[in-house]
Amino acid sequence: MGMSSTEANFLDAASERFATEVGAEGEVTIAGSGTRSGAVDGVRLVHAPVGIEWVQPAEMTIKCGAGTPVEEVDAALREHGQRVVIPSGGTIGGALAVGQSGIDRLGYGPIRDALLQTHYVSAAGEVVKAGGPTVKNVSGFDLCRLLVGSRGTLGFFSDVILRTRPRAQAEQWFMSERDPWELIAELYRPISVLWDGATVWVHLEGHADDIAAEASTTGMVETDGPSTLPQQARWSMSPSELESLRVATPGSFVAEIGVGIVHHTRPAPNREQDAAVVEMNRRIRHEFDPAGRLNPGLAD
Amino acid sequence: MSAKVSAPVSTFQSESQSNSSGTELVDRLRVRLRPDQVRDSATEVNLYRHDASNMSGHASVVCFAESRDDVQAVVQVANEFNVPFVARGSGTGLSGGAVPPDGAIVISLSKMNRILSVDPVNRIAWVEPGVLNLDLSTQIAHLGVHFAPDPSSQQTCSIGGNVANNSGGPHCLADGVTSAHIHAIEVVLPDGTITMLGGEDPEPDGLDLRGAFIGSEGMFGVATKIAVKLMANPFEVATLLLDFSTVADGAYLVSDIIADGIVPAAVEMMDQLCLQVVEEYVHAGLPVEQAAALLIEVVGLPAGVEADVARILELAQARNVGGIRVAADEAERALLWKGRKSAFGAISRVKPNYYLHDTVVPRHRLPGVLDEIYEIADRYELFIINVFHAGDGNLHPLLVFDAREPGVMDRVRSAGDEIVRASVAAGGVLSGEHGIGLEKRDLMPLMFSDVDLAAQADLRRAFDPALLANPDKVLPSPATCGDIHSAPEGAWV
Repeated sequence: MGMSSTEANFLDAASERFATEVGAEGEVTIAGSGTRSGAVDGVRLVHAPVGIEWVQPAEMTIKCGAGTPVEEVDAALREHGQRVVIPSGGTIGGALAVGQSGIDRLGYGPIRDALLQTHYVSAAGEVVKAGGPTVKNVSGFDLCRLLVGSRGTLGFFSDVILRTRPRAQAEQWFMSERDPWELIAELYRPISVLWDGATVWVHLEGHADDIAAEASTTGMVETDGPSTLPQQARWSMSPSELESLRVATPGSFVAEIGVGIVHHTRPAPNREQDAAVVEMNRRIRHEFDPAGRLNPGLAD
Repeated sequence: MSAKVSAPVSTFQSESQSNSSGTELVDRLRVRLRPDQVRDSATEVNLYRHDASNMSGHASVVCFAESRDDVQAVVQVANEFNVPFVARGSGTGLSGGAVPPDGAIVISLSKMNRILSVDPVNRIAWVEPGVLNLDLSTQIAHLGVHFAPDPSSQQTCSIGGNVANNSGGPHCLADGVTSAHIHAIEVVLPDGTITMLGGEDPEPDGLDLRGAFIGSEGMFGVATKIAVKLMANPFEVATLLLDFSTVADGAYLVSDIIADGIVPAAVEMMDQLCLQVVEEYVHAGLPVEQAAALLIEVVGLPAGVEADVARILELAQARNVGGIRVAADEAERALLWKGRKSAFGAISRVKPNYYLHDTVVPRHRLPGVLDEIYEIADRYELFIINVFHAGDGNLHPLLVFDAREPGVMDRVRSAGDEIVRASVAAGGVLSGEHGIGLEKRDLMPLMFSDVDLAAQADLRRAFDPALLANPDKVLPSPATCGDIHSAPEGAWV
């Protein structure tokens, strides 16, 4: 089935070696390429297996080591006209551990839904499987969703099976000065709608004729891409609360309309977490890593 | 997808009368709720012995919750008395997930059925768990949005049940299962604490507790309010019925379509026996002479839909497609879907009883696994009907039989067990959408090692250290040494 493998099942052996490296005692931290946050300082460092074991275009799945660069996965899938819904840069494992979605979340959903199966290394130094190889699967509790965004504090991703998506036949960015909420209500399942308080950038994918027709009925003009996103802070708001940004200085932020992420020049306001949620986070971490040895300090 | 299993429920052993602690429990519940919300007569309790599976248990009392505070009160009482509890929506589950553990308190959520708010622009609705799946989409249709997960039981299943089972449906091929459509869940945790998992905002701090809760089959607490994602109704819909002289041709076409970069909204397969029984029932002009038919739906904007349909027909020609039928209007589209969705109702024309399985295999393994399934059914002298979500590789073999025939149940069990094993051996999974419940609990080791299962048990223990929330489900007993209640009558693969 169009498998482009280095060596069949090489990741099984790689996971065992990785587990031995992680071991069962002492603090240990993991880094991919350090793009997103990197390793915890002063702690023994390990790296996850690298390489693509197979690509199965007809299954819309790919299996690779967690240390594989996102760009390598992207290039392998491009040959088959597919992609993964994981933001570019760094490694697959790093992106999943951090759990932040890209600006195409409106159209493609969050990064957490890209993970179908993983072998991760637990705090006990064992290889543990979570999830299954098919897109549809409700066999047991959904550890995959829990692991995405857990910053390596519950286990270190060793290998993963990811869901892929077909690349669209055509895609185009547009600009508009219209109200973003008016615009999003008129568009059919846009991939991104970004807004900086004055200008709206819209990303559409699909058939070229449909894209042209949508742009023309909504009065948008073609552009190369969105404005540079402010890197200073990442706010997470209810999509309906984004309306509060109408009074913010235009250009000081770029908001993902319909999603709720705001790329802001100002630090995010402090958020209160419910005590029960804090306690549940603590209990889960305690069950998975009683000694707090995996990525120590990142649990807070 | 879901439908009532018509296999006979095993006979109820003995109706034990409330013992003294049972009376105290009921008295306490009647103090915390209104007395009329707490029912313990044998007749009423018996109504809640089983779900749509063929397994049954024995609850001690049924509580009809009307609010989050009611749910919390019952869970608090369950903790006081150290009695297990099980939340229940519509009881349409097929894996025994809502079958009460011995002596459990059943918390019925069917009266918590209000749609609380709908925001069609930001595409979020808040609903109570007892809201029926199809009711939500019907009531918000005028706003141009819908809730995408559409199990075949969608007229009767509840959204709380969808959350508990991470339910699917035909249209999950393109849009994803329930987990992809839930933003936040207000829950009563197993110790009675109320909290919110996830949020309307896309990246809440900490672990994805929302994701962990979805599909936890009632073992992590009780959902009392749910924020669901709404999707824009399709602009244009094309519905095709393609038929084939071999099952394999149809099955291979499914992979061809996906590999070509087209993800239809739905790709459903019906085999010949299915086409025949359904045709007698709905008179839709189905191709009853053919070995199999695919019902394919493509949605989107006009040019994209047209191009996808043209390409699918081209690929179908290469797989020797026989008849091609394109629904001319909404009425014909509805008729074709009625054919697909009434398959289970039509089965009774063949034999009085059936047992519905649910496994997933990689799409490219469909032809081989289907062959195996027909061979297994032959060997056990059982009728088998295949009607399933082919696009997802999600098989639903339906074993059809007459339970009055001596020894038939053993053959049904053995055949079912072999089908599940064949699916997993082909690189598939135990369940695509029905869940594990009691039905497949003891088959979990086919997919997971002791170490894998221990990690799932760890998560369970974090949510429910006292193991009172729907114990004995999902995890085979070695992984949950604390769950010592006995398996209900009728539990089998």
